[in-house]
Amino acid sequence: MPQSDYVIEVDNLTKAYGKQEVLRGIDLKVTRGTMLALLGPNGAGKTTTVRILSTLLKYDGGTVKVEGYDVTDQADKVRSVIGLTGQSAAVDELLTGRENLVMMGRLYRLTADSAKARAQELLEEFDLLKAADRPAKTYSGGMRRRLDLAVSLIATPPVIFLDEPTTGLDPRSRLVMWDIIKKLMEKGTTILLTTQYLEEADHLADQIVVIDGGKVIAQGTAKQLKAKVGNDRLELVFKNTADFNAAVEALGKEVGDRNEKEFSLTVLIRDTNTDVKRTLETLAKHQIAIASMAIHKPTLDDVFLSLTGKQKQATEEDK
Amino acid sequence: MAAELVFEHKSKLWFTINDSLLMIKRSSRHIIRNTDQLLGAFFQPIMFLVLFASVFGGSISKALPPGITYINYLMAGIIVQTVAFGSTTTALSICGDLQKGIVDRFRSLPMGNLAVLNGHIVSDLFRNAISTFVMLIAGLVIGFRSHASLLNWLEIAGILILFTLAFSWLAAIVGILAKSVEAVQWLTFVLIFPLTFASTAFVPPVGMNSVLRAFAVNQPITQVVEAVRALILGTPIGNHAWLAVVWSLGLMVVAIPVASWLFRRRTTN
Ligand SMILES: Nc1ncnc2c1ncn2[C@@H]1O[C@H](COP(=O)(O)OP(=O)(O)OP(=O)(O)O)[C@@H](O)[C@H]1O
Ligand SMILES: [Mg+2]
Repeated sequence: MPQSDYVIEVDNLTKAYGKQEVLRGIDLKVTRGTMLALLGPNGAGKTTTVRILSTLLKYDGGTVKVEGYDVTDQADKVRSVIGLTGQSAAVDELLTGRENLVMMGRLYRLTADSAKARAQELLEEFDLLKAADRPAKTYSGGMRRRLDLAVSLIATPPVIFLDEPTTGLDPRSRLVMWDIIKKLMEKGTTILLTTQYLEEADHLADQIVVIDGGKVIAQGTAKQLKAKVGNDRLELVFKNTADFNAAVEALGKEVGDRNEKEFSLTVLIRDTNTDVKRTLETLAKHQIAIASMAIHKPTLDDVFLSLTGKQKQATEEDK
Repeated sequence: MAAELVFEHKSKLWFTINDSLLMIKRSSRHIIRNTDQLLGAFFQPIMFLVLFASVFGGSISKALPPGITYINYLMAGIIVQTVAFGSTTTALSICGDLQKGIVDRFRSLPMGNLAVLNGHIVSDLFRNAISTFVMLIAGLVIGFRSHASLLNWLEIAGILILFTLAFSWLAAIVGILAKSVEAVQWLTFVLIFPLTFASTAFVPPVGMNSVLRAFAVNQPITQVVEAVRALILGTPIGNHAWLAVVWSLGLMVVAIPVASWLFRRRTTN
């Protein structure tokens, strides 16, 4: 059936709403059984991309294929191999969890018996059994998200789109969702996930594409991206100016940012094992006391500050 | 351990019908679960019936042909009015669906997207049937009597079903175009209120001025009301029955393609 090695293939995709260009030439390629995370800030064009991929939205230029099927010309074929979990939970509030699942199963062409059996299986798997026969409007945000995801898995589609599946979830619910997504990946599902959190992309994805303003501004593995963005930083805070100055002297070149008023400085960490230890040993050797310390991972803020900053400069130079 | 999935292997037509049946089941469940709305479907018609009968009954009965009581005259009008206003619910459900992600979900499935509209429209037929039934019972309690035969009642049902479908499809257009539930509410009110009141639903046209009367006696609601009324009262039905049917079918011929086209357009961009 599929001729291409890539399950999802997007080539030079463009889309405008009126005069506003929302996607300006996006390329994406996702290999079978892997996950690509589309990382970007609000308004980057993540949802737009997902909606085009799931046949919900027309686009202006480029080619978009899922399992080798064109999303415009062969929309029905595409729909039979994909599952979509949109940004806002799309479950029927007045139906129970079970009714939602069975109905969707039937719409995916499952037989009545098969849909019921599959619904039961998913309710168990997603820890929704107790709430199965309550209307979905009584569900908590996390439960609703889980039901939403369960619904898109009802016919075990080989390709899944997840649009910000953990936005708005508390940390525990987020971990639960991550576990569910990991299980999906173990089963060989091809996944395209969008997120605003580098941490999430880092944790789950094989490949990350960062978009901003409708353009791909960086891509690679989490490691490659972080290397591009910056390293972990060790932040050290001292009790007074004397200690602070002594530390600056002792650490020399390794000091990155510094704030004299707060007696704090940061040290870049390239290798967690050796760099932290060496820094602390240096301070101990000079008998400098530390008031507090913390390790900062590069955050999405850092990614965007560094990547989008560059992009802004470039576009300004264009003018 | 995972159960093996079994898919249906049926014709395209079978799937099209089955999709609509699934959507009808869904919308019908909404009607039952949406208790506030359901209570409205019970009590609003009763309230109208009792109010109209007692407020207007005294003065209007003088203008009626001898031997016809106002409650017997009013019944047809109240039923048609209830059905006409009931179509607001269709518009509300469709507008509500479009505002939530659920239509996106349906559209990412291999199903025909008009099934969603069919679901709301057919299930509204059920709700209207409930309302009408409740009203007839309430009418009997406050003195409504009819000598219509079973065949007459079937004719009445047929005319009302066509009319309900026609109005629901019109309401679907409003539901698709409206940007919010509030907009639906006032839009349908502004459209339906004059149509039902500038008709012979509640009063004979004799007292209306000539412009209003010309409108009132020729518009579709009057045709439907007069046809149902003649069947209830056993009076000559004239052209009303077939005009009612032609109006309803005509409205559907226009409204169904327009609603379908608008729905498709609204959900693809
Ligand atoms: N229907 C629409 N009409 C006009 N502009 C739109 C429409 N939908 C989206 N946009 C615009 O397109 C841009 C991209 O939106 P999109 O929803 O794809 O962003 P996103 O990356 O998903 O953001 P978020 O993280 O907030 O979900 C935004 O500037 C948005 O305002
Ligand atoms: Mg989005």
